[in-house]
Amino acid sequence: MIAPLASLLTHAAGPDRTSTGPGGALPGGALPAGACVDPAADPAADPAADPAARLSADLVAVAAGDRAAFARLFAHFAPRVKAYMLKLGLPTQRAEDLAQDTMLSVWRKASLYDPAKAEAAAWVFTIARNLRIDVLRRERHPEVSDDELLEHEDDGPRADDLLDCDRRARRLRGALASLTPEQAEVVRLSFFADLAHPAIAERLDVPLGTVKSRLRLAMAKIRKALGDDDR
Amino acid sequence: MTDAQATARPAVLPNHHPSDALLVAYGAGCLGEGLSLAVAVHLAHCPDCRTVLAEVEALGGALLEDLPPAPLETLSLSATLARLDREEAPANPCTAARLRPPRSRTPFPAAPIAAPDPLPVPALPRPLRAYVMSTAGLDGLAWQRLAPGVRRVELLPRTSSGGAAQLLRIAPGTALPHHGHGGLELTMVLSGHFSDELGRYGPGDLAEADGHTRHQPIADSHRDCICLIATDAPLRFTGLMGRLMQPFIGL
Repeated sequence: MIAPLASLLTHAAGPDRTSTGPGGALPGGALPAGACVDPAADPAADPAADPAARLSADLVAVAAGDRAAFARLFAHFAPRVKAYMLKLGLPTQRAEDLAQDTMLSVWRKASLYDPAKAEAAAWVFTIARNLRIDVLRRERHPEVSDDELLEHEDDGPRADDLLDCDRRARRLRGALASLTPEQAEVVRLSFFADLAHPAIAERLDVPLGTVKSRLRLAMAKIRKALGDDDR
Repeated sequence: MTDAQATARPAVLPNHHPSDALLVAYGAGCLGEGLSLAVAVHLAHCPDCRTVLAEVEALGGALLEDLPPAPLETLSLSATLARLDREEAPANPCTAARLRPPRSRTPFPAAPIAAPDPLPVPALPRPLRAYVMSTAGLDGLAWQRLAPGVRRVELLPRTSSGGAAQLLRIAPGTALPHHGHGGLELTMVLSGHFSDELGRYGPGDLAEADGHTRHQPIADSHRDCICLIATDAPLRFTGLMGRLMQPFIGL
């Protein structure tokens, strides 16, 4: 009654909501994927037209219990989260377990996702990161969530100040591609090797200050890409 | 952030922020728990740094998207859905969706990722509440005397890698021993002020000291300075007084 996983995974780059229809094979049926999308959060007329907006819309739909949307998110993210865990040195089965755990968390926490504040990929990344820290280091990752701020709650960027998902995603990709090899290296070691700055400096045999300045320059490019300076 | 931006803000906003590199390390998840806690408390005070963190996490998302997918071999979507069914009341998803109240954009339900707090702790920044039991804020903590004018509450015992986090309560005019750092030391001010060779720090400010920094913090206002101090390696005290105190301070 359920489509074999392999058939879903072959569409990992983005199963077309209208044709492949993994949801059609799911028990219980589901809401139309776009039904729960807040139009203000997704100004693109056709969310299916670009992958980032579609993932974001699917995540919003999952908050309303849409299993077809969850199936699409699973097909897209589970293999990437597994790849992330493998990069961080976890054995295959463990990486696979954590990919599943991450997706279960995505299901449970979907109502906390705010499409105006983050791309779906960024949100899924934070869940995978926290699980990885929990498992690999037996530590917590202390965080502040947006609804528990001490003060100045209105100082952050307003929803309508933010670029829509697909533009943000495109610009992020551009910024990532524009990093120098040295900058990209310290970024990847930070995200994928669980190395703090002194360990990165040691591995690359460069001064600590060089690691920090490369990260600062990399962030300047990301910030410029995500900024609304051209609006 | 430039000085001009900082001074244009109301005085209650922090003036000293984590570096971009530190926020990348926090967002990437490569800081120890104590250091992450210090950064999280700063984030609770600082909308600008929350914006930078959102950028770091967007970068994390872009990196995740770029990874070549590693197909799952043993666990499948159907296995995951079966686990969902086992763990949740097996309601028909369509019914569940209809019964759910309409989804509002803001505010989100105040039931975040962390477990609900067992006790209300009014004066503690929320990231700290998971680490200390107190119903009366900072004053209600079990402060232990450490040295003349210095009291302490341990938040995280030293880990195998040498990291540690504690709250220090430093009486006005008290100077901590002059010290250098084996690794990174973050000092997050919760109340009062302190000064060192690098500047003056007040509530919400985060001071970042690494292997190249040697400093001697002094509590320099009329009230106690309470700060969270997190390290990822033992400090190196340099003065005679400091060497004498190190076994007691345990930083």
